[in-house]
Amino acid sequence: MRALIALVLSFFGTVVAADTMRLAVTTSFHNSGLSDVLLPAVKEDTGLDVQLLVVGTGQALRLGQAGDVDAILVHSKAAEEAFVAEGYGTHRREIMYNDFVLIGPASDPADIKDATTASEALQKIAEAQVAFVSRGDDSGTHRKERALWEDASLDPEQFTEWYNAVGAGMGASLNTASGLDAYILSDRASWLKFANKGGLAMLFAGDPEMFNQYGYLPVNPERHPHVRTDAAQKLEDWLTSSAGQSVIDGYQINGEKLFTFNAVP
Amino acid sequence: MDDIWAGLLAAFRLIVTLDDDLVEITLRSLQVSLTALVVASVIALPFGTWLAIRRFRFRRATIATLNALMGLPPVVVGLIVYLLLSRSGPFGVMGLLFTPTAMIVAQVIIITPLIASLTHQAMRELWAEYHDLLISLNTTPAQRVMTLIWDGRRALLTGALAGFGRAIGEVGAIMIVGGNIDNATRVLTTAIALETGKGDFALALGLGFVLIALALLVNFAIHALSRTEREGTW
Repeated sequence: MRALIALVLSFFGTVVAADTMRLAVTTSFHNSGLSDVLLPAVKEDTGLDVQLLVVGTGQALRLGQAGDVDAILVHSKAAEEAFVAEGYGTHRREIMYNDFVLIGPASDPADIKDATTASEALQKIAEAQVAFVSRGDDSGTHRKERALWEDASLDPEQFTEWYNAVGAGMGASLNTASGLDAYILSDRASWLKFANKGGLAMLFAGDPEMFNQYGYLPVNPERHPHVRTDAAQKLEDWLTSSAGQSVIDGYQINGEKLFTFNAVP
Repeated sequence: MDDIWAGLLAAFRLIVTLDDDLVEITLRSLQVSLTALVVASVIALPFGTWLAIRRFRFRRATIATLNALMGLPPVVVGLIVYLLLSRSGPFGVMGLLFTPTAMIVAQVIIITPLIASLTHQAMRELWAEYHDLLISLNTTPAQRVMTLIWDGRRALLTGALAGFGRAIGEVGAIMIVGGNIDNATRVLTTAIALETGKGDFALALGLGFVLIALALLVNFAIHALSRTEREGTW
């Protein structure tokens, strides 16, 4: 028994490395797999150990407000600007963008393949009343989806049972869509990486309205003196450098480029 | 059915190749849940026994509350521990959020009522047998508690293992307070949730089988160490 207690106590000595920082990122960024190549490169060039908290944009902003992370990397411009305006973040820096795509059953019952704009595609889905899965978790993707419905002059509040707000992350929502054979808005990266595609296919993409800008926001040290401003600054410098650009622009899945670097050095 | 076979295959591959990540998250699962078990037992075993031997005014209410707390929803515990340990919360200065320690705290809260309640059930019977003897020997309350715990250790082991089972399989609370950070707070259950989210059911299921195997292993190990279920020692 004594040996067991000693063993357990020895576990307590978890050492925190000197140069670590916490970054809250969105599920869509992490599911894309970019972080798997980005973080080792950051570690190699700057020695910085970045710990990722993978959450929805809504929760990422909350973590930043509470000072539980040192910086956040999310994609919801209006919310990011409010975050800075309320003094939670020092500034917002645009890093890169990817795009959203509409996924649906390969047979395309709502016939959105030939739509010219995202609004038109969504209107067709609403008209046909075919199953649609919404993230429904106040994430960046969910906010984008609501903005697109608004552009199409439609209100999801008025939709009937064909509209399923599942309140889950991108992967879990895609699983649901796959099970229901439903339409869903996803970021391109999560879709390409997704392993349980079932009868789904990518049906509509390319409308500039569906571009998805990622912004980097360091948490304000005036509100939270303990945040690692130096580390957050180091990461920002790297992400906006030419080294960062080559990793971001060079990342591909199945030969498709996913992210476009657009930070202003 | 194909997915389940793929899961078994994935589990087999992970174990045979002793995958680095697998070893790391498995050890962390054990670290968190065993530590939580020890801390919870240190609190719950004496408390449950004390409840069995002591008569006081709110005893019934205390026991009822304890039994109800066995069903504490882990997500709620996680959220409360998160709010307490958050930098904006009362214990924020300790900087414990998103560390294994925070996960241990959450699991201790989840399993302590369970172990205490099971301890109380077992000890009530034992106390009925020991009551006259221990009173006539003029023992102190502390001595009575120690005697009952020692003599009832086999029943208590079951309670402790039930607590361990709840801790090792728990995901809601540690996802919130640990954050599922790779190389820092990722454990088996949160990794399973992550892989399910990615749609990689085979790997998720593989990790699930590893988790089940681990639970079996720990139970066998503890039974072997405490020499229960052997001939002659019932």
